[in-house]
Amino acid sequence: MALLELRDVTKVYRMGDVDVRALDGVSVQIERGEFVAIMGASGSGKSTMMNILGCLDRPTTGEYLLDGQSVASKSRAELAGLRNRAIGFVFQSFNLLSRTSALENVELPLLYAGVSSGAEREKRATGALTRVGLGERVDHLPNQLSGGQQQRVAIARALVNKPPLLLADEPTGALDSKTSVEVMQLLSDLSHEGMTVVLVTHEPDMAAWARRVLVMKDGKLVSDAKQQPVKGAA
Amino acid sequence: MGPLQIFRLALKALRRNLLRSFLTALGIIIGVAAVIAMVSIGEGAKQQVEASFASMGTNLLIVMPGSSMSGGARGGFGSQPTLTRDDLKAISTELTMVDAAAPDLRTGAQLQSEEQNWATSVHGTTPSFFRIRKWNAARGATLTDSDIDSGAKVVVLGATVAEKLFGANAEALGQLVRIKGVPFQVVGVLERKGQSANGQDNDDTALVPLSTFLSRLSPALGAFLPGPILVSAVSGEAVPRAQKQVTDLLRERHRIAVGADDDFNIRNLAEVASAQQQGADTLSSLLASIAAVSLLVGGIGIMNIMLVSVTERTREIGIRMAVGATPGQVLAQFLSEALTLSLLGGLIGVGAGVLIAQQLSAGFGWPLLIRTDVIFIATAFSGLVGVGFGLYPALKASRMDPITALRFE
Ligand SMILES: Nc1ncnc2c1ncn2[C@@H]1O[C@H](COP(=O)(O)OP(=O)(O)O)[C@@H](O)[C@H]1O
Ligand SMILES: [Mg+2]
Repeated sequence: MALLELRDVTKVYRMGDVDVRALDGVSVQIERGEFVAIMGASGSGKSTMMNILGCLDRPTTGEYLLDGQSVASKSRAELAGLRNRAIGFVFQSFNLLSRTSALENVELPLLYAGVSSGAEREKRATGALTRVGLGERVDHLPNQLSGGQQQRVAIARALVNKPPLLLADEPTGALDSKTSVEVMQLLSDLSHEGMTVVLVTHEPDMAAWARRVLVMKDGKLVSDAKQQPVKGAA
Repeated sequence: MGPLQIFRLALKALRRNLLRSFLTALGIIIGVAAVIAMVSIGEGAKQQVEASFASMGTNLLIVMPGSSMSGGARGGFGSQPTLTRDDLKAISTELTMVDAAAPDLRTGAQLQSEEQNWATSVHGTTPSFFRIRKWNAARGATLTDSDIDSGAKVVVLGATVAEKLFGANAEALGQLVRIKGVPFQVVGVLERKGQSANGQDNDDTALVPLSTFLSRLSPALGAFLPGPILVSAVSGEAVPRAQKQVTDLLRERHRIAVGADDDFNIRNLAEVASAQQQGADTLSSLLASIAAVSLLVGGIGIMNIMLVSVTERTREIGIRMAVGATPGQVLAQFLSEALTLSLLGGLIGVGAGVLIAQQLSAGFGWPLLIRTDVIFIATAFSGLVGVGFGLYPALKASRMDPITALRFE
């Protein structure tokens, strides 16, 4: 059974009098352990699809099955639980809490998961930060870190609850090419450790890390191809 | 997330905007301080009224001589002596509902001991007076019937007068005191009684036998008593019937025609007491409602700031939701911020209110009664205000759509 499955999903935004079909009949299955890149022009519906996959948003029509279960009937609280335990989400703009240390940012999902022991939270968050190479900077505030470091804190936060699925919407969009490569290496490593990774990017260099590439156009899936990842196997 | 973690989260958020948090809490602080200070002073006043009337006895009637005001330009009660010594005797012996009656004649006089002098009000009365007012001697004795019969030059001093004339520790008993130049021997010093309902010092007094008073200090016209008669009924319930009996007796003795006005007036102390008590009650509830309104204004301040805070932190809310905060957890977070603000404000307000009440009571000599139940209610009410006014902003936060919240600039 696929970890993720979209069945004829549409998402329609109403803008005044006109309907914008951000997603227009998308069907796709993603298996456990896959490393998928989603490409497409700006406005083609990539983020809309990611938000639905990440349980941040719901389809207008069609069905989304996460691990075989339809998401449509779930309450807001249940969706929050899925976001907390089943999904790690990495945003282009990092979305870290400002004036809050790296450690506390990474502890956040643990807090909402009900890990009540402060020592336990700190241990696991420190572990996740060490995993992304920031073990020395746990006490830094976001504005004391570079863009690449902030994105790695965000990845640590996405990992800390050990979810099976990592969704990254243009994670390197705000980074220079050197730090982009570092972040991609990290995602690739996680994929090799068995995590399912779905990545949105419009840079072919970044998509080249993935083993499968989906291409979107005007809310539709226009191409779905397996490929040999060019890098990262190391 | 446990309550302790939610509370810590709230404290952290409030500390982040310390000045703003303090200013927001200030509304509650002032509200609670006002409640505590005003209610403490109001309750103090009430308690004082109650205590002083309790000490006077609720079965007391005061018969004032003089005509009523209803017949045009006549003098007030007490302006014309219409009560006689025989009236006094008749009231105290003939009426079934009357326990005792005593005159309460007064004159202001300078009292002199060997070293000191002191101006006070000197009462001319009979032994029944002490029974009616429940005034007892701390040392020595009160006046006796033989003092009255013989016109003895003896005096019973209130504690204040004894202290002023002879010092706090010296023995006043047996000493001589000159009143209007006449030497009196001190036979008793009264127990200390404190302030009366209208703030007079009950201990600033001296009492001499009625006969001596009339012959030596304040000569009267014939058999008339130049002052009121105190009457105690046999019980509190008997007061209205005693009043009726005294009225009927005096009208008959003074041969007042049916339909004509009394030439005396009777005051019922229980009525005066309950009127004063009602006044104190009204004052108390007025103060309490003013204070409650200021608490409410404090609550609106909290709501205002929480709404601003929710809007400002929209992105934070989006981030928290994205990593798994449920609507309930977001609600709890903002609600507990409002609750923490208002409860901390409430606690600071209690401290400030107690301090203010103490300052006011020390400064103006007002009585004070700080009730723990009032403190508890005020604190609980401030918490309630926090929850009540924090609920809408917190609901607003919890109902946000994660995507929209994350996009918020
Ligand atoms: N909240 C929204 N309201 C209205 N239109 C939206 C909203 N979100 C996205 N869209 C529209 O949906 C289309 C797809 O957007 P998006 O998924 O963000 O594209 P991409 O991420 O591929 O650039 C765009 O035309 C965009 O304007
Ligand atoms: Mg996008």
